[in-house]
Amino acid sequence: MPNQNKSPKGVVLDHISKIYKDPKTGKEFYAVHDVTLDIAPGSFVTLLGPSGCGKTTTLRMIAGFESPDEGEIYLGGEPINALTPNKRDTAMVFQSYALFPHYNVYDNVAYGLKLRGVPKDEIKRRVTDILALVELSGMEQRMTNQLSGGQQQRVALARALVVEPGVLLFDEPLSNLDAKLRVQMRTEIRRIQQTLGITAIYVTHDQSEAMSISDQIILMKSGVIAQMGSPTEIYYRPNSEFVADFIGECNFLHGTSLGTQQGETRVQLPVGTVSVATETAYDAGIPCEIVVRPEAIIIGDEGMLPCKVELSCFMGSYQNYHVRVGDTLVKITDNCPVNKKIFQVGDSAFISFDSACAHLL
Amino acid sequence: MSKRQSAALDRKKFFGDPVMVITIIVLSIFLALFILYPLSMLLVDSVLIKGNDLYSVADYAGNADPVYYTGDGAVASQDQDQIFALLRSPDGSLPDQYAPLYRSTGFFAAKAQLRDTRGGAKVYLKVVNSQDKTAYVALDELDKVANVPLTYLPNNRLIRDMTGVDPAALCVHIDASVWTLDTFPRIFSDYIFNNALKNTLLLGALTGIFSLLIGLLFAYVDVYVHIRSRFSKKLFDVVSMLPVVSPPFVLSLSMILLFGRGGLITRKLLGIYDSDVYGMWGIVIVQTLTFFPVVYLMLKGLLKNIDPSMEEAARDMGASRWKVFMTVTLPLMLPGLGNAFLVTFIESVADFANPMIIGGSYDTLATTIYLRITGGTYDINGASAMAVVLLFLTLFMFMIQKFVLEKKTAATLSGKASRARMLIEDKSVRYPLTVLCMTISLFVVLMYIAVPFGALFKLWGRDYSLSTRWFEQMFHEGGWKAFQDSFLLSIIASPVTALLSMIISYLVVKRKFHGKGLIEFVSMLAMAVPGTVLGVGFIRGFSGGIFRTGFLQSIYGSGLILVIVFVVRSLPVGTRSGISALRQIDKSIEESAYDMGAGSGKVFMTVTLPLIKDSFFSGLVTTFVRSITAISAVILLVTPRFLLITCRINEYAEKGEFGVACAYATILIAITYTAIVIMNVVLKYFGTSRNAKPKKERKARKGVSSNAESE
Repeated sequence: MPNQNKSPKGVVLDHISKIYKDPKTGKEFYAVHDVTLDIAPGSFVTLLGPSGCGKTTTLRMIAGFESPDEGEIYLGGEPINALTPNKRDTAMVFQSYALFPHYNVYDNVAYGLKLRGVPKDEIKRRVTDILALVELSGMEQRMTNQLSGGQQQRVALARALVVEPGVLLFDEPLSNLDAKLRVQMRTEIRRIQQTLGITAIYVTHDQSEAMSISDQIILMKSGVIAQMGSPTEIYYRPNSEFVADFIGECNFLHGTSLGTQQGETRVQLPVGTVSVATETAYDAGIPCEIVVRPEAIIIGDEGMLPCKVELSCFMGSYQNYHVRVGDTLVKITDNCPVNKKIFQVGDSAFISFDSACAHLL
Repeated sequence: MSKRQSAALDRKKFFGDPVMVITIIVLSIFLALFILYPLSMLLVDSVLIKGNDLYSVADYAGNADPVYYTGDGAVASQDQDQIFALLRSPDGSLPDQYAPLYRSTGFFAAKAQLRDTRGGAKVYLKVVNSQDKTAYVALDELDKVANVPLTYLPNNRLIRDMTGVDPAALCVHIDASVWTLDTFPRIFSDYIFNNALKNTLLLGALTGIFSLLIGLLFAYVDVYVHIRSRFSKKLFDVVSMLPVVSPPFVLSLSMILLFGRGGLITRKLLGIYDSDVYGMWGIVIVQTLTFFPVVYLMLKGLLKNIDPSMEEAARDMGASRWKVFMTVTLPLMLPGLGNAFLVTFIESVADFANPMIIGGSYDTLATTIYLRITGGTYDINGASAMAVVLLFLTLFMFMIQKFVLEKKTAATLSGKASRARMLIEDKSVRYPLTVLCMTISLFVVLMYIAVPFGALFKLWGRDYSLSTRWFEQMFHEGGWKAFQDSFLLSIIASPVTALLSMIISYLVVKRKFHGKGLIEFVSMLAMAVPGTVLGVGFIRGFSGGIFRTGFLQSIYGSGLILVIVFVVRSLPVGTRSGISALRQIDKSIEESAYDMGAGSGKVFMTVTLPLIKDSFFSGLVTTFVRSITAISAVILLVTPRFLLITCRINEYAEKGEFGVACAYATILIAITYTAIVIMNVVLKYFGTSRNAKPKKERKARKGVSSNAESE
């Protein structure tokens, strides 16, 4: 297998900023502002965020296509700010795949090796190996436009992998594929990354993709890091409304803390009180916000908070409710509704949730 | 916020790429030297007047033995190194001067010395030979002058002995330069210039309007009307291609052959004995037939982009077909029509060959400038000022076209038609329009057929029996050499231009660096520069070397300068087609090669060039065709060392020997047509169209069609 004798490299971003000029107003602004990251060798890190948050710019700075205005980037401990992309030990998989249309699959994959002056028979061996890894054996002579989207994606991946880069960069590689293939490919990418033990930095705006694939997610917003952590941390312990809302659907209930006891904080809401599991203590009287996922809320004839049903919609695997709790709209996903009571629009009901499933901001 | 770090890093990365840096430097030098510099020399010459301070050499005027002086006027002893001659103004209006000279090399041979003492002035000797021809000769160049004083050898004894020369008439011409704007008022009060300017503008407007009408007609019929017969479709295609691939003056020749005084149609068929095709209407007809295909191709693209449902909506609301055309189609196309009009206008104004051959006494700016340079007056300041006027005229039009109309066109008609158009089947529309187009097409074809027959008939107008005498005369009078020279120079220019334009397009589309805008602007600028203007610029820029220093002087009069002119003239066309080809290529394809470890040169050679090889190849052929048919710039620069086909045709047409001119033109058409056929075959079988991009065929044709902008 390739990559046996080459160890993956870590990437360090040390207070990186990038300034752009707005083409209309001519005003300068930070596309990326003071981003500091330490990516461990062999880990899979995802840069996640809405469009324009600076994730792609960050990736392109690591690849060398853009130069940072402040800070230094280290690859395997070496500063690489002044290196051109072709001198950096990175390989990128592009959103549009960027396959060479005038080469066949074999030549596409062999391109990087030829540049490195690898002997012919070794090129052949390594290309064959890597094509087997991405399950494209036998397709060597195909032209790239004779391949399906998923196959093109695999060629792009193989082309990046075969040069055994210190770090593999992905720029929204799955966004041109259909939903089903996307799910399949992301498992595939994860499998290959784990097999080779390579460092990977992955840019996407799709939160489910990010969660399923990464060791660590870095959520960005307007050029700064909003939160970083493992997928579960980000999902269950969001540190801001933005993070909570970006990662899946979320309900926010505004209330006032009544104080913390034994890791549980009581929160006074306009229509009742609830308790939420917290790690830090909240003094009584502080305004706070409860974050609770739609699937964590239980709707029933009894519960903690009274509500009125405004929308009730059967979605197959779940029943979707919009209920009004006081003035706040709360979305509820009630899984497996077959044997449960279905509330109709206008019904009064109660909602409740486990204190461990909610999170306090 | 400090942007310093990224700028510094980008610079570091940029200079870490020597191939690219060297390429950009070489390119910039090329563009500056062969486009910007000649044009700026024109500007300089139009405001810088060389003074005419005349001095006679005191000793010779007085027929005395030479007395030499020192720099301050004292009599010098013979053995001193530095000696001077006393210069006196014949009419006493100028103060005396002492000009340094070297006895060893001749009479006055001290240009460098005099320059030092007189701050850039230059010494000339007025020489008169036995045929009473007068010339001012720069003293250090006396031995280079071939045609003036045949008896002259550069020493003072022989000047004295020249027969028929009064030594008193030997005047030293001290060249004092003056910066002035007087030249412009002078030419603007010059009847010849004013007339030429008026003629040029009128011609441009008329040609523009007529080309627009005919081009629009063809485009409308092509896109909207159902044409049943495949023959007429094919015919339209051929007719739209013919003027584009043919030399610029072919139509003028056939116009004279068919409608001139001895014309086949006018004299033979209609019995008109005094028909006069020379003059404005002759040029208008010829230019219209030459340029309408360009309009046709431009408008065809626009019409195809109009969404048929818009017009169907208008029809549905009760508008007649005419009403739809006037209220929907035409307003949508208005910027496009303006654009097409200006393109034709520029081409008409810049056209040299047709006014030259068929203009008669109807002089345009281009021909007037040519005559100023080559005619007896040699009014270089006047010609330069006229060239500047012509240049600004075309530049102004070009700017409007480029920055106003092209944007508007793109804004109104950028969408793609949602579905196929219902073609007009209505006979009352179809028949008249089709018949009109057929008539024009057949007329154009007739014009082209006339040329080979003009070469084959024994004596046009009198004896219509076939003979090969004109071909024989052609080959007898240097025809073979003309074909060799033209072919060789064009074939050298082709790959250079094609490669250069691909590199420029790559840099413009794909790379970021300072001065990129300038490179793009300059390479496009050449499109708006009429050939005549460029020719005059090259004369002024290179005849005395760069900045008259003698540096690179040897390229003037050589084949190299002709090749360079060919390259400069074709560069914009190739660059434009390269840019549009590259814009369709995803930026990340090159980035991925770059990321994989390839340097700029490697990326260009392994990825970019293969992807745009169609464009490269069509640039190759287009350059060849444009070069071998070029005349306006090269006619000013060609020397007897080289015979060019186009210049020969012009020469014979001027002399009225149309048979030989037609013989040349026939073979020239055969050459260009063969080149086009080869290109189409190659593009069809080896093009990237099969595996990369679908819209290739149209582009290849577009590349060639731009050829019409040449002269």
